[in-house]
Amino acid sequence: MLGLLASVLDGLLIGAVYGLASMGITLIWGVMDVVNLTHGAMIVAGMFGVYLLAGAAGVPAYATLPIVLVGGFLVGVALYWIAVHRVIGQPPLMSLLATFSVNLVLVGLGTAAWGTDLFNVPVSLPGFSLGRYTFPGTHLMAAALTGMIALALYFFLYRTRLGKAVRAVSGNREAAGLVGIPTSRVLALAFGLGVALASVAGMLIATMFPFTVLSGEAYQLKSFVVTVLGGLGNPTGALVAGLALGLLEGLTTPFIPVSWTLVIEFVLFVVVLISVPGGLPTLLRRRRSA
Amino acid sequence: MAMLRRPFFWIIAAVIVAFAVAPRVGNDIELRESLLLAAVYITLASNINMILGYAGYVNFGSIVFFGLGGYFSVWLMSAHGWPLAAALVAGAISVSALALVFGLGILRLRGVYFALSTIGVNEAVMAFVANFGPWGGSTGIYLSPELFKPLGGPAQALWVIYYVLVALMGASLYLSYAVKRSKFGLGLLAIGQNEDAATMLGVPAPRYKAIVYSLSAFLPAIAGGLYFFKSAYIQPPDAFDLNLSTETIVVAMLGGQGTVAGPALGAFLYEELRGWLLTSETFSHFQLVVAGVLLLTIVLFAPGGLMGLLYRLWPRLRSFLE
Repeated sequence: MLGLLASVLDGLLIGAVYGLASMGITLIWGVMDVVNLTHGAMIVAGMFGVYLLAGAAGVPAYATLPIVLVGGFLVGVALYWIAVHRVIGQPPLMSLLATFSVNLVLVGLGTAAWGTDLFNVPVSLPGFSLGRYTFPGTHLMAAALTGMIALALYFFLYRTRLGKAVRAVSGNREAAGLVGIPTSRVLALAFGLGVALASVAGMLIATMFPFTVLSGEAYQLKSFVVTVLGGLGNPTGALVAGLALGLLEGLTTPFIPVSWTLVIEFVLFVVVLISVPGGLPTLLRRRRSA
Repeated sequence: MAMLRRPFFWIIAAVIVAFAVAPRVGNDIELRESLLLAAVYITLASNINMILGYAGYVNFGSIVFFGLGGYFSVWLMSAHGWPLAAALVAGAISVSALALVFGLGILRLRGVYFALSTIGVNEAVMAFVANFGPWGGSTGIYLSPELFKPLGGPAQALWVIYYVLVALMGASLYLSYAVKRSKFGLGLLAIGQNEDAATMLGVPAPRYKAIVYSLSAFLPAIAGGLYFFKSAYIQPPDAFDLNLSTETIVVAMLGGQGTVAGPALGAFLYEELRGWLLTSETFSHFQLVVAGVLLLTIVLFAPGGLMGLLYRLWPRLRSFLE
């Protein structure tokens, strides 16, 4: 029983990081109706960011967070102007293919540079013991940092003028433009933020689990599951849904082999999309009104 | 048959004959292998085009059909001793039926959601097969060379495989032509333009989408069966190859999505380009990068692909090249 509890609690810690990654997708989706298929590649970029900085340059693993954050932001802004700006407002086919092709380029460059070998970032952090079980320090640290970043994002979106502009563009791009908000620049900013969140999530995942250049696919799929579960364009929902997915993984891992996890999550994804397209928030609202 | 009077019908026939005859002249094995890959690409691209080009839906998981078709038929041959032809047809029927079931589920999703779930289909099927005992899990299935005997030995078998693949290519081209000229095809094109308006006008969108999803699974599944029969083994990473899946989309976009000739043209050119790139040691590592840059360029600057450019240069081309 205690084993299951420990597994669930650990699942929640990891789920927080899924939530962080998904906030990146949901932000971009909500603001500009673009599904960012470079998400997985950007998670991997964060992983290799911390691997290279901590391994080769000797920076302490957690000190790379601000570097990865800023780097991810700049890459995201650049990607927006290169690949996304021209397809804003076009049918979804075009923005999907545009971000998909950037993903191909990045994955191609990654495999050319590092092959498909397994990498890991050794971090020594004392764990927290609960009876016979020990929670790895890295998992606790990742969840704590996720909480701080989520708070910072909330503060930015709801307490600053620029955040207000992002929300305005998200609500109605044309109206925002009419009142003098430079919409394209705000979109670039939002895309940069989304990518920054993805790469920071990748950096945190790298401190917990080994990874390859191709790991992005699986985490990208998890992020999509979390995003639809949390309701599109809803960062708070994404965080909650991330925790829910982590909880589910924690509950299932003692009973089902890990290699089946993706299958289960995909089934969940389709079931949620078909039965409750609005995700958890609509489900709660429906409950409340009933 | 009003179709027989259309020049495009005979253009397709000429292409098939050219594919069949060219390697026979001088018994050119190298040319045959290159054309065989081109035929596989054309088959895959023509079939994805019915979803991508006609209905305007991106299927990132089209390779699932190819891989599952391969798995079904290779498994039927190795574990149950079925003859090749029966295994191929049974494999394709199973995959199409599975696609119909999948399709009825996921095609209720629209636009972006559908695209995302096809990524999921790919990952989930791959995870499933890698864990599925009867199909050898991650080690896959190996075929005994004995199985080539009924076709007259390995050398002769390769020719048989080639001709069947060329026939599949022809069937794919005629299928996508026939669909485009049918009421069903018009419905798909209407969905591609504006799904709400199409539904209002009485196009049964979810059913049409499920049918085209299932239809586009059939011929690629046979092609997959043949392809893996030829290599005599099948493993999850080969059967659900990310590269092939993405190249199929690149090829259809390169030639011009929504046209019948476009995907074939794109597939042929891409295969030639690839063969040329692969001979260079540095480029073979950057295959994905080349495909990505190519796709991005098309999406941003020439969404109509090569056919779009050709139509713009010679508008009269529209009357006989569809």
